[in-house]
Formats: sequence, C-alpha cells, structure tokens
Amino acid sequence: MSSKLISPALRAALNVNSSKLNAETTKLAAAYLSSAPAGGKHELPGLKYDYGALEPVISAETMTIHHTKHHQTYVTNLNASLEKLDAAVSSGDVSSILSLSGALKFNGGGHINHTLFWENLTSKGSSEFPSSGALKEAVEARFGSVDEMKKDLGAKSIGVQGSGWGWLGYNAASGLIETATCPNQDPLQPTTGLIPLLGIDVWEHAYYVDYRNVRPSYVNAIWDVIDWKVVEERLVKAKSG
Amino acid sequence: MLFRSILAYIGVSFAAAAIELPDLPYSYDALAPSISEKTLRTHHSKHHAKYVNTANEMLKSDPSHAKLSAEKIIQDRKVRANNPSLFNNVAQAWNHAFYWKCLKPNGGGQPTGKLMGMIERDFGSFDALRTKMENEALTCFGSGWAWLGYDGKNRGHEKLVVIKTSGAENPMAFGITPLLTIDVWEHAYYLDFQEKRGDYVKAYFDTLVNWSFAEENLKSILPGHEEL
Repeated sequence: MSSKLISPALRAALNVNSSKLNAETTKLAAAYLSSAPAGGKHELPGLKYDYGALEPVISAETMTIHHTKHHQTYVTNLNASLEKLDAAVSSGDVSSILSLSGALKFNGGGHINHTLFWENLTSKGSSEFPSSGALKEAVEARFGSVDEMKKDLGAKSIGVQGSGWGWLGYNAASGLIETATCPNQDPLQPTTGLIPLLGIDVWEHAYYVDYRNVRPSYVNAIWDVIDWKVVEERLVKAKSG
Repeated sequence: MLFRSILAYIGVSFAAAAIELPDLPYSYDALAPSISEKTLRTHHSKHHAKYVNTANEMLKSDPSHAKLSAEKIIQDRKVRANNPSLFNNVAQAWNHAFYWKCLKPNGGGQPTGKLMGMIERDFGSFDALRTKMENEALTCFGSGWAWLGYDGKNRGHEKLVVIKTSGAENPMAFGITPLLTIDVWEHAYYLDFQEKRGDYVKAYFDTLVNWSFAEENLKSILPGHEEL
C-alpha cells in the first residue's frame, strides 16, 4: 500500500515544519493523514536514567515495575484502542467511536501522564530548584515561595481520593501557574486546559512497594528527585505559546 | 460520674455513635500464601483503621450524621454531593468490614442452595458468573470494587447482578444489596502480586472466597425461602 510509504514521509515533513511544504499542501497532507490508520504507533519511551537512579526516594524495583509493566500496559492498550477506533471511524459507526472514549482516555491519558512523569524526575544529585529565572518568578508570583508551592501541591497530591495525579500547570489565560489534581489517568491539558509542568503520580502502584500506605512520606520525599530544569523548560515553552 | 451513669442507664447517648474497626475473622497470617501477613496487617491496621478513625473524627463534630447508621450515610445522596470526604471514609470503613468476611482460609469452591440456584438462573452457570465477576474486577479502572449483588427493586423480577464501583462507591446507593465483594484498590494486592491484578483475582476465587457469607447475606434478604 502506497500509504505505508507516503504516510511516514508526510508525518515526518509535518513534524519538522518543513518549509518545502506550502500551506495548501500542509493542509492536504494533514487531511490525508487524518484518515490514515492511527493504531499501533505508540511506544514505551526510554528513561534518561537507570532504574536505580532515583533511590532512595523511589526504588529500582518500583521504577522497573512502574515503567516496564504499568506504563507498557497503557501503551499496548492505547494501540489496541486506536486500532479499534480506526475500524469504527472507517465504518462511520458513531456509537462504536463513542464507546471507545473511556478506553482512549484511560490508556491515552496513562501514556501521556507517565511520559511526562519520567521526564520530570532525575537523580537526587541533579535536582536543584533554580535560584533565578522564569520558574522562580512564576512560583513566587503565585505562591510567594517555593516552600509554599510544595505545601500546596503536596497537600493536594496527598489528598487525592483513590487513584490520580497531582499537577503543577500553566494557565495560559491568567499567565500564572497553579496546582490541580486529576482522577485516574485523566490527562491534565484535555481535562482542565492547564499545560502540564510537573506531575506527581499518586496511584498506589507509584509508592506502595517503598512506602506502603504512607503516601505523605512519598510525596514529601519526591521533591528531592524532581527535574526542575525540565519543569522550567516546559514553562518557558508554554509561555511562548 | 454518677450523673453520666444515670444518663447511660436511661439510654441517653451523650457521645456520637462510633464506627468500629472489627477484628479480622482470622489471624493476619491465615490467608497466606494468597494474601500475605504483611498485606493483611497493612490493609487492616493501616488502611481500614484510618478510614474508621477519620470517619469518627468527622462524626464527632457532626451530630446530625453521627446518629445515622453507616448504611444510612452511604445511601444519603446529600452526603455524597455535599460531603464527599465523609462519604468516602464511612463507605470505605463499611466496604472493608464487609470484604474481610468475604475471605476465609481455605476458601474457594462454589456456593450451594438458593444462591447457586439464582446464579444458574441469572448467569447460566457458576463459571459464567465467575468470569463476569473477574472481568468486572479487571476492567475497574483505578481504585474500586467488584460486587455480586441482589437487585430487588422490581417486585417479581428480582435478580442477581455483578457490578463494579469506583473508589469508595457501594451498590447500596443504587438499591442493590451486596452479597460479595472483592477489593481491587492496588493496596489490596500490590505487595503480593504487584501489577498482576489478574493473578490476585484468580487467587481470590480459587483459594479465598467465602461463599457461605454470600449465602447468609442472601438468606437475610429472603426470609423463609426454600432450599433448592
């Protein structure tokens, strides 16, 4: 099928915002790609550190299961759901399309959330809150101090009932950062409009091996392994629109 | 001291009704190797205890709810809407107390009598019922419970149902009487099975489930029924 050759090429061109494609062609390409199969494309991202790099805050055992089992399952099931979506879209069966929304949100959200999570973690030695710059300014503008921000996000994360995530996000409308929580794997941006800057997974699988029922100890410890550089990069990118 | 004794004698309660943390019907190591002592101890003396303590703390300063039974609080729509924290803690306290009785050492097997008859009538076979319950347990996204319940809302069309609920939710709130439950919050199985919820659910049905308790629960809804 020629689409097997054309689609990847078009995707690549669109992804790098190739100047070789003019606006009209870009629009045609996007239209073509949107009817091309979406299924089977997502992969488990690699980590930028070893499984043991976040010890003693998060053990190698937790990282291994969390990444190779939980996150992998979301990716596998997302791909499967997208293949079902392709079939439903091709047949124009609206009811089937809608009945997939739960599985798409759960598995797609799980993939998005965990990808963001791995990226905003780093080893203890590399975790340092910047002493100046956009992140410090934003935190102080909204919370007064870094400690106040940690208290706020920490309390919200600890307080999630059941499974969910704590988030620091950017509100494009107000230009300020704020904290939020989402249940289960509901992804932050599609759910609230906030652009994710920092995610804290408070599903029990994120901390049970290391902290058992004591979620507060996990949340209080995780500040030591946050990659603030990544958080700031996300903020700068979000502000530039 | 004397005054309080007199009040107690004539039945005046001057303390809020407390939710209790029941002891397990078995020792902490009794369900091993399916559920380890470590899990049972943490699950009962930490998770369940916390729900009980938190609920009682809240009820101490909430006299209007303190005089209600846990079941009444759970079925109260206003509580769920306006006081989700109270609902969560009271419901989770109830759910766990019920769950412990759904497990027993050397459990498993199949029910008998009226319950088995209703299972065969409503699901076709025991295996079909087990498959349905396992499926609900496995497709419960996030934290929750899978239940076998009795739906008596339609006089003359009473039936058994399998239903999954999210978080602390309990099917009593939908007019369904719980007969059996399995806890699929990750804390119920993570130390023993990690992410393998399927293996935990299998172990529940193969080695832990207490069908006698489910039969008793059914009997208490249907007084004077005949044994099949």
